[in-house]
Amino acid sequence: MRILGLYNYWIFIFLMMVGFYILISRRNLVKKILGLNIFQTSVFIFYISLGKITGGTAPILVEGESEVVYSNPLPHVLILTAIVVGVSTTAVALSLVVRIKEAYGTIEGAEINAMDNRMPPP
Amino acid sequence: MSEHLPVLLVVIPLMAAPTAALLRWGRAAWGLATGTSWVVLAMALLILRRVQDEGVISYFLGGWAAPIGIEYRIDTVNAWVLMIVAAIGALVMPYARASFEREIQPSKIPLLYAGLLLCLTGLLGIAATGDVFNLFVFLEISSISAYALIAAGPDRRALHAAYKYLIMGSIGATFIVIGIGMMYAMTGTLNMADLAQRLPEVSSRTVSVAFAFLTVGISLKLALFPLHLWLLDAYTFAPSAVTVFLASTATKVAVYMLVRFFFSIFGPGFSLEVMAFHWVLLPLALIAVISASLTAIYQLNVKRLLAYSSVAQIGYMILGVSLASVTGLTAGLLHLFNHALIKGALFMAMGCVMYQVGSVRMEAMRGLGKKMPWTMAAFVLGGLSLIGVPGTVGFISKWYLVLAAVEAGMWVVAALVLVGSLMAVAYVWKVVEAAYFQEYKGEFEVRQAPISLLAPTWVLVAANLYFGVNATLTSGVATRAAEVLLGVGP
Amino acid sequence: MSPVQTLFGSLSGGTTVTLAVLLPLFGTAFIGLFRARPNLREAATIVTGLLLFGLVLSLWPQIMAGENPRFVLSTPIPGIPLVLEVEPLGYLFSLVASFLWIVTSLYSIGYMRGHHEKNQTRFYLFFAIAISAAMGVAYSGNLFTLFLFYEVLTLCTFPLVTHHQTEKARRAGRVYLGILLSTSVGLQLLGIIWTYSLAGTLDFQVGGILDGHISARMVPVLLALFVFGVGKAAVMPFHRWLPAAMVAPTPVSALLHAVAVVKAGVFTILKVSVFIFGPELISGTGAADFLIWIAAATIILGSLVAFTKDNLKARLAYSTISQLSYIVLGALLANQWGIIGGGMHIVMHAFGKITLFFGAGAIMVAAHKTEISQMKGLGRSMPFTFGAFFVGALSIIGLPPAGGAWSKWFLGLGTLEAGELGLLAVLMVSSLLSLAYLLEIPLKAFFSKPDRPPEQEGIREAPLPSLIAMGITSLGTIGLFVFPEPFYRLMTMVVGG
Repeated sequence: MRILGLYNYWIFIFLMMVGFYILISRRNLVKKILGLNIFQTSVFIFYISLGKITGGTAPILVEGESEVVYSNPLPHVLILTAIVVGVSTTAVALSLVVRIKEAYGTIEGAEINAMDNRMPPP
Repeated sequence: MSEHLPVLLVVIPLMAAPTAALLRWGRAAWGLATGTSWVVLAMALLILRRVQDEGVISYFLGGWAAPIGIEYRIDTVNAWVLMIVAAIGALVMPYARASFEREIQPSKIPLLYAGLLLCLTGLLGIAATGDVFNLFVFLEISSISAYALIAAGPDRRALHAAYKYLIMGSIGATFIVIGIGMMYAMTGTLNMADLAQRLPEVSSRTVSVAFAFLTVGISLKLALFPLHLWLLDAYTFAPSAVTVFLASTATKVAVYMLVRFFFSIFGPGFSLEVMAFHWVLLPLALIAVISASLTAIYQLNVKRLLAYSSVAQIGYMILGVSLASVTGLTAGLLHLFNHALIKGALFMAMGCVMYQVGSVRMEAMRGLGKKMPWTMAAFVLGGLSLIGVPGTVGFISKWYLVLAAVEAGMWVVAALVLVGSLMAVAYVWKVVEAAYFQEYKGEFEVRQAPISLLAPTWVLVAANLYFGVNATLTSGVATRAAEVLLGVGP
Repeated sequence: MSPVQTLFGSLSGGTTVTLAVLLPLFGTAFIGLFRARPNLREAATIVTGLLLFGLVLSLWPQIMAGENPRFVLSTPIPGIPLVLEVEPLGYLFSLVASFLWIVTSLYSIGYMRGHHEKNQTRFYLFFAIAISAAMGVAYSGNLFTLFLFYEVLTLCTFPLVTHHQTEKARRAGRVYLGILLSTSVGLQLLGIIWTYSLAGTLDFQVGGILDGHISARMVPVLLALFVFGVGKAAVMPFHRWLPAAMVAPTPVSALLHAVAVVKAGVFTILKVSVFIFGPELISGTGAADFLIWIAAATIILGSLVAFTKDNLKARLAYSTISQLSYIVLGALLANQWGIIGGGMHIVMHAFGKITLFFGAGAIMVAAHKTEISQMKGLGRSMPFTFGAFFVGALSIIGLPPAGGAWSKWFLGLGTLEAGELGLLAVLMVSSLLSLAYLLEIPLKAFFSKPDRPPEQEGIREAPLPSLIAMGITSLGTIGLFVFPEPFYRLMTMVVGG
């Protein structure tokens, strides 16, 4: 039962593998970015799971009540930052893809590689 | 004021970056960036002085004490790295003006200065912080700005190179976050000093897995063989000034992260005895040295040749680290500085060629020994330093590296290091022969590079020579840093 | 000597030593300054040479008094300073190199102008840097400093070797740099670092620094790293660079590849043998046994190959390879007479061989001939050149009345002291071989009938400066036979402690 009880970690590992697989198997530049997003999202789940304490509630201090168990807020805060990082990475990546499409006329990695190889070596 | 130096070092370039982006006029942005980088260098030098006189500087961000708040903790190791990054920044900014004006559309130039400043912020932040999650954030600040900077290269392949770097860099960063998360899960702290205390108490499989994730993630960032492929295109196609900056700083900071995690956080006991990382990294470093040097010999583009050479030089640094003795670590840290000087000078010389000839292919070098004597002389001297001729900084690095290998009784390693140097002779001399033994055949008249490009180049060349005959300062700091990391010194 | 002392007498020993290394570098400033005015430029070279020689001479009384002037330049690596220190062996080398530099500069003026060479300023510039490096090698106070100047010497002679910047020069340059750098970086540097890790110091000390720090089994390995790692000594199989370097203009071949560069190599081996290993360690462990025979093989093979060469400079190059191994042999015998003989041979061979190269260059400039078979009867139109050539050849062979007789005599004594009659036979055979391959040239020139009458070719003697230079060195060769005493005294100081 312990293994099942850690289901959110299993989800983390599953998503991580899915994302990573997409990242390395797809040649389409946008699909790669999707893979990267899934990969990063899995880490968010991992962090959020870390902060969960059984029976814990939102960490809001209420006067007079000192026996309340709170979830750990720090991982949540951390992951807010990581989400921002992930979003900006995606933004930069997508704008690069737009520029690549303008410059090469395609977003298929294989075709771009072929075009790169046809060009005189730098 | 002076007690806030550690954070000002990061905040000042961070504030300057958006300001530079708002300035419409390239020269104004340049002035701001250059001024900022010089202020940063002055502060970095002050910090290094203070660390040497007074010992570790600890600074609590917002007054929140560690381990709850974020701590900036500067000892000899990161003061050293801060100084390297700041010094290169202060040289690249003045250099960038002419180089950008030739290679980049005028409207985008202020944005590039913003990018350079952000990248500088990130690299300084990585080096200054004592908090592992903060380190990740700065890592991403520097990486994302680096992607944008590389994409600004004049060739369309720069876009593809930046994209590939982005994918690899993000994978590396994500691996690092996973590793950090696992460490946090086991210890409940993100403060480096705190982690170092608590990790030995909880050492379990999770810690080992965290170690593995961090190793792979950082190896990606520092382009350790076989994770180095992103570096080649990135260095080749980026604008000249960006290549200079990244080649001299980004991978160096990644090496710093590696030693910081291995030695300060996990501790030499765990890293060496339990994980035995040196037996993994040592062969990889050796393969990097030999294979990248060999491939460099066959390159037809000098920037790419130097990129391969960088992979080999990173191999030297990691080799020194994985010898895991005071001498070895000294060699690695010393080469951090020395290689920044060497590659900075070489890539700057290539930037001068790009400025005047418009190409850095091997054919473009023909006859430049006569046409651009100062540029090519700088290249030759930088190349000699890369080879490790006595009297240059490259020699000092090689000396410590071979000495460390000999002390450890690893004769094969010592021999391979020297073989790597000889391969460097081959690839440096290819350029020299093209420049001095062939006639210039181009149509248009090639003139000397402008003084604003040559001056920073020659400052670096002079540093190559000065620290080659007087390395008391550099090797002293590097030795002390190595002792700090191994926990044997004061 | 009194004007020398009035000029330099007020300088302390350490300052003089440093100046001796730096002076040629100051000279380069003037050479560069006067690049558009050849007369001034050459005058700057000659004046620098005279000043340098004066500086070196002014050290004589201190050396004789047994002092070793010393100056620390900087400390590149903690514990290993960059230090200059003069001891008798280095002093001997510096005397020869600085004196012959003046003579060669004189010779170059005639040669470079007569031959209408291009880029003469660059030539004189790197020539001055090379001599500065040679002085640095001579005055190195430890192995680290020596290695530094050794490599500087390699690199600054590269532009001289490849002076013509042709395809042929490029290929020769590759061989030159390839062999010299790969041996020095691959083997010698390894040996130096190994020595440092064993002994904890790299200082040159009388009696060596390694005794007691190294197991007897490893001594031959370390010694081999040095003997082969000093590629400039041209011990086979690392000798190919020397013939390749002959594409250089002849003054370069004369000064660098008969005196400064090659002698820096054998000088390094002597230094390492005497001051790093110490004669007792080498002879006590029998470390040099197989290396001695490699040197002996180089002596014989070099002579044999010299025979087959029709190109005069190539023949002289192989003769040099053979003669250098005499000095290596002396260093490896590591007994009193061997070391004295080796040191003396640095001087004697330098004077003899530079005369021969001057002759070769003079023939090239005046008669445009490079092959020995073309030189029949040339002696009638160039009697002076071939006369000097004859004297130089006598010295290389080791016949009186030329200086070479002394050094060969002492080397012979060294082999006897070691009880190696076989080595004595090697020396004899090689001398006979050199008798044949060297004397053939002047004999052909004087006594063979020319293929064409020389009047038709209008050949005259070489330019005057070159003739003066040849006169000085050939007289010097004879002078060294009559007065070998100063150099002998220096060498006895080396072995006497």
